[in-house]
Amino acid sequence: MAEQALSNENTLTEGFAGIAEDWSADKQAFHVPWGKAMMWIFLLSDTFIFSCFLTGYMHVRMNTTVAWPFPSEVFALTVFGAHIPLILIAIMTFILISSSGTMAMAVNFGYRKNRKVTAALMAATALFGLSFVGMQAFEWTKLIEEGVRPWGNPFGAAQFGSAFFMITGFHGLHVSIGVIYLSVVAFKVYRGDFDRADNYEAVEIAGLYWHFVDLVWVFIFAFFYLW
Amino acid sequence: MSENTELHPISIYLKIWLLLFVLSTLSYMVDYWDFQGYLRWSLILLFMFMKAGFIIAIFMHMTWERLALAYAILAPPLVLLVLISLMAIEADYIFAARKLFFGA
Repeated sequence: MAEQALSNENTLTEGFAGIAEDWSADKQAFHVPWGKAMMWIFLLSDTFIFSCFLTGYMHVRMNTTVAWPFPSEVFALTVFGAHIPLILIAIMTFILISSSGTMAMAVNFGYRKNRKVTAALMAATALFGLSFVGMQAFEWTKLIEEGVRPWGNPFGAAQFGSAFFMITGFHGLHVSIGVIYLSVVAFKVYRGDFDRADNYEAVEIAGLYWHFVDLVWVFIFAFFYLW
Repeated sequence: MSENTELHPISIYLKIWLLLFVLSTLSYMVDYWDFQGYLRWSLILLFMFMKAGFIIAIFMHMTWERLALAYAILAPPLVLLVLISLMAIEADYIFAARKLFFGA
């Protein structure tokens, strides 16, 4: 027993290479490609970040004695003479869901090794994401013009601004990074990198990230805009 | 794993897409029709959890993953319930203290 341990020790790599070797040793818990497992674990950590923001928002909204601004009215738009509550947010929600739909199909076509359709669907997803960021920029501009600041606003409780800019800003950052990430992967798909490697995992991993961005929006939509 | 992913027909994604559209419309209608009180909150939460569930289960393929992965990812966020409860209790306390000392 001891002898065997000793002989094992002699074959182990030392230094930084040893760290990588030890952690990548033959002990697999998740029977998925490592990139996919790592993306899931990253998304789990991101879940905690967004949850902290949303819990912080819940906390300040519950403890303020000033009335909370009415989101339905703050985010209302007048379109062609009609005053519609929350309409921009609803459109943004539908756009993000559509982008998730095209992404899910891109993953599927990736596994069918359909290079062109996969690249086209990913490009469509990135364009949906880009239009989402554009609408968010419009929404921010509108609110800033109306005097909403992180430290106060004309509609009610001062905490509204800080929660709004922090939560939607961090989500918007995720969408923006996602657009860049998807564009890069879509380009690599189109160039044929994954055909040569005969492996379309990268599309599925990018898809997980994108669906997560959509998932976070589901919670922001419910808690920040509808509550 | 990838073997499973290949087998799904495209139609399942289109159906979930449509379902998410319907659920989003319904949650928007909660606001549009101006439901209030517990009805509003329970409907918002119901539609939210249904949407989140379909996105994770179908779009993110969690239904077809092995349980080792599913539990490792889905169980840890449950501890957030502790954080949320503590923060809710604390917020109530601060609200009461603000009422008591600053009026309003």
